Amino acid sequence: MNDLTPTREQRTAALEGMGCKRKRVEDIRFTQGKGNYVDDVKLPGMLHGDFVRSPHPHARVKKIDDSEALKVPGVLAVITAETLKTVNLAWMPTLAGDVQMVLADGKVLFQNQEVAFVVATDRYAADDGINAVIVEYEPLAPLVDPFKAMDANAPVLREDLVGKMSGAHGPRKHDNHIFEWTVGDKELTDAAFNKAEVKIKEMISYHRTHPSPLETCQCVCSFDKIKGELTIYGTFQAPHVIRTVVALIAKLPEHKIHVIAPDIGGGFGNKVGAYPGYICAAVASIVTGKPVKWVEDRIENLTATSFARDYHMTTEIAATKEGKVTGLRVHVLADHGAFDACADPSKWPAGFFNIVTGSYDFPTAHLAVDGVYTNKAPGGVAYRCSFRVTEAAYCIERAMDILAQKLNMDPAELRLKNFIKPEQFPYHSALGWEYDSGDYHTAMRKMMETTGYAALRKEQAEKRAAFARGETREIMGLGVSFFTEIVGAGPSKNCDILGIAMFDSCEIRMHPTGAGIARMGTKSQGQGHETTWAQIIATEIGIPADNIMVEEGNTDTAPYGLGTYGSRSTPVAGAAIAMAARKIKAKAQMIAAYKLEVHEDDLEFDIDGFRVKGLPERFMSMKDICWAAYNSVPPGMEPGLEAVSYYDPPNMTYPFGAYLCVMDIDVDTGVYKVRRFYALDDCGTRINPMIIEGQVHGGLTEAFAIAMGQEIRYDDVGNVVTGSFMDFFMPTAVETPHWETDFTVTPSPHHPIGAKGVGESPNVGGVPAFSNAVNDAFSFLGSTHIQMPHDFWRNWKAAKDLGAVA
Amino acid sequence: MIPGSFSYHRPASVADAVKLLADLGEDARPLAGGHSLVPMMKLRLATPAHLIDLHGIAALKGIRRDGQNLVIGAMTTQHELLASDDVAKAMPILHEAALLIADPQVRYRGTIGGNVANGDPGNDMPALMMTLGASYRLESAGGARDVAAADFYQGAYFTALEPGEILTSVSVPVPAAGHGSAYEKLKRKVGDYATAAAAVVLTMSGGKVATCSIGLTNVHETPLLATDAANAVIGTSLDAATLKRAAAAAEAIMAPAADARGPVEYRKHVGGIMVTRALQRAAAVAK
Repeated sequence: MNDLTPTREQRTAALEGMGCKRKRVEDIRFTQGKGNYVDDVKLPGMLHGDFVRSPHPHARVKKIDDSEALKVPGVLAVITAETLKTVNLAWMPTLAGDVQMVLADGKVLFQNQEVAFVVATDRYAADDGINAVIVEYEPLAPLVDPFKAMDANAPVLREDLVGKMSGAHGPRKHDNHIFEWTVGDKELTDAAFNKAEVKIKEMISYHRTHPSPLETCQCVCSFDKIKGELTIYGTFQAPHVIRTVVALIAKLPEHKIHVIAPDIGGGFGNKVGAYPGYICAAVASIVTGKPVKWVEDRIENLTATSFARDYHMTTEIAATKEGKVTGLRVHVLADHGAFDACADPSKWPAGFFNIVTGSYDFPTAHLAVDGVYTNKAPGGVAYRCSFRVTEAAYCIERAMDILAQKLNMDPAELRLKNFIKPEQFPYHSALGWEYDSGDYHTAMRKMMETTGYAALRKEQAEKRAAFARGETREIMGLGVSFFTEIVGAGPSKNCDILGIAMFDSCEIRMHPTGAGIARMGTKSQGQGHETTWAQIIATEIGIPADNIMVEEGNTDTAPYGLGTYGSRSTPVAGAAIAMAARKIKAKAQMIAAYKLEVHEDDLEFDIDGFRVKGLPERFMSMKDICWAAYNSVPPGMEPGLEAVSYYDPPNMTYPFGAYLCVMDIDVDTGVYKVRRFYALDDCGTRINPMIIEGQVHGGLTEAFAIAMGQEIRYDDVGNVVTGSFMDFFMPTAVETPHWETDFTVTPSPHHPIGAKGVGESPNVGGVPAFSNAVNDAFSFLGSTHIQMPHDFWRNWKAAKDLGAVA
Repeated sequence: MIPGSFSYHRPASVADAVKLLADLGEDARPLAGGHSLVPMMKLRLATPAHLIDLHGIAALKGIRRDGQNLVIGAMTTQHELLASDDVAKAMPILHEAALLIADPQVRYRGTIGGNVANGDPGNDMPALMMTLGASYRLESAGGARDVAAADFYQGAYFTALEPGEILTSVSVPVPAAGHGSAYEKLKRKVGDYATAAAAVVLTMSGGKVATCSIGLTNVHETPLLATDAANAVIGTSLDAATLKRAAAAAEAIMAPAADARGPVEYRKHVGGIMVTRALQRAAAVAK
């Protein structure tokens, strides 16, 4: 060895593998405006489609007159439900087992519902066209309040379901009822409440909001009449699922459908579902024989494609006087809007809401969820969370604070007292999950020590005394949140979408010169897969991450996968990547053994190649093995170095974290200041700490927005009043607090690299931290629960209702 | 979110612009920074057949001293206002308020003329102009006239501007040396209109308020001059009871709409607080 021989540390660093703060390779094009998004797709002869939308939340459609629209220069066609009926596409199936109108069929059921699709030679002509379509409506009484949906005199929304008293998830109790879903032991739970020393009960609402990615939903559909092939460029988080859905509903052979998801500007669950725009653009392309583009504007995105949350959770906890929880009972009223278009695994009408026991050792629990129809937009997507997990985390974290208040205990202390203990893992929860791993006490105590929690409580007590003396008009709140997520859907035994198991996949092809390409069934929308996936492969097979090209989103080339949402990419595809890489490594070992003339078992893997045990100078690098794979493989072995893995996870993963928000509120104006926000995340093995930090920053910013103001609000007669970023709270860098991040590492025992997923944790854990801070600030004035969002005027109203403002 | 079709005109002089306006009649709208008109056109809430772009008229630009007044050309952008030393020194409240308008991108394009002429009660400059005692120069094919800012606003989007007239400049009397001023604006986030805002310009003498003027933004269908509130503080040292009286007098003339910023009661309440805070801060900086 001479001075130029790289050290082991240098060889490891050169790989930029797992644990490396590798810079995001995709950012080279994103930061230079060189991304390729759907709206960048411009095909020869491309037409443009735009929707006529309903101004009414509930109305009968009497007549659609397109005669004037067809006279507008550039307008080629006006598609209505009647047109779609000729190809049996006036309605489409939803992921939740319901059906949804593609275009208004006799009725409209929410404001801004799609009524007609105008196809024109350019966007301007299309918009002129929609303004010339005359629709005659007969307004009907709107149903806005979900609590009135099952009243005897409630207007019936879904006339197509009248008389069908059983839906995709069992019996229906009312024409506006969708499903009832129950989990847990009711008798045991009732018994726990009957003998409880202490009980709390609160109706905790998680308001309707929206994922609102920077790039709205859009597509370009291009039907080749000669080949009979349909190509769809679209903003799809799950391109393969879209291909299968199109095959099933459009009755096209699946191999003649090409779905391409190019660069995507954020998804957050908004781009999982299938929307009328996709169907209409595809039909328009089939009818005209030309490519048709559909691009949503911001108003359409906020008001028509996939809201999130809207869960109203009546929550009860039973406990002992000492603060040991003995039972949990939750009833959820879920407002699904006009159609049940939730994007959940098919058998889970309320997603994984049964993670609602959270991080606590509840001996028994019972959960019932009723889904209802209202005159609002359909959706119910998992906005940066695994299915309904953020609702569950908010529910239990708020309820634990309410219990602490009732017991006059510190909320952190109450949590420490009830945490599942490290030795209880794998832990079987009362509502049916098997938690893989966790060390909650360590994480909580690290949070308390790092933030100086005890000193903050002392300061709060002093401030409260000063407030009582009239020396300050500011109150201080500490928001504790300790969340446990369930992500990585999921095992085929309990997770599927339309019958397809929720596995994921990876295919790796190594080229002769030691570079390679890897393709997955996932699809990055900003998560940085091109960077992190290559890092897993780099560590697994000893080829620098820079030499691995990662490609996703083209269904013709990528192996089948279920896509990216629900923090499933790392738990599922990340495992497939490691498993595919290990197949490559196994074959490489055989080649190396042949070339080094030893038995395979005499070799050991050493960072970037194989070494003969005990003979350190006899070494063959992975780069050289790649070359050998194409010219001198062992006799009987196929040449080449490729592998495919389809990974069906044995269990979900359960990331967790301890968050603290320190907030000051001016009671006279309701204006709040987030003084500190500390987020400790345990996502198991950390692939790229810099990307994790970025994910946490982004998710916390969304959580801040949701808790402190972001809502989709309808007025009493069903008008949606938050259709733009003027009123839908989208914080800028100025409003966004400073984030302090931290971590512990508790690997997943069942995942090949121990990773659990992190992208959604900060949204899930952040919302309760903010809301608990507001509620904690007001608690000494006598309140137990103040509903979100906590914007300025609502904070002032809370102060006023509590007598703190004249 | 796509505007309808329109014809575009770019006159080089005020004379040409007002002639176009006279010739084209009600189907024509002058275009300044476009930050109110263009969004309305994208929503097709405004569908002018003709846009008369004023960007080609050099005479509408610039800030100059004219005796005891600063005269600001209507096409001067908020950004140019912020860059002006004359404005920063002579009337710091204008500088302070301009910084609270929307965001830098909007301020690069948005103009003072467009801001005051549109009659949008959410705009910040109108109440400020009333507080400062400014007047607007309105020109048409028939000649020019000056209208006091205090007489200009008649209702939401209704102003003293007659068909065929263009607002060409704003003339602002320079406040007395040693005056104190403050603009307190409560908003939900960067880029938002005020939930409520108050402008105060005052002078102090011997620890007591000598003169005072108070303007209110976005708490009524027009900007307001809170005369009773201003009178209530003159001769006082802004003690707690006086501040309370002034806030109450200001709240008495407010009639905001309930919107996502809050219910009427809240918007009036914080309007009063903005008045109180602006008075205190203005007094603190007065010499």
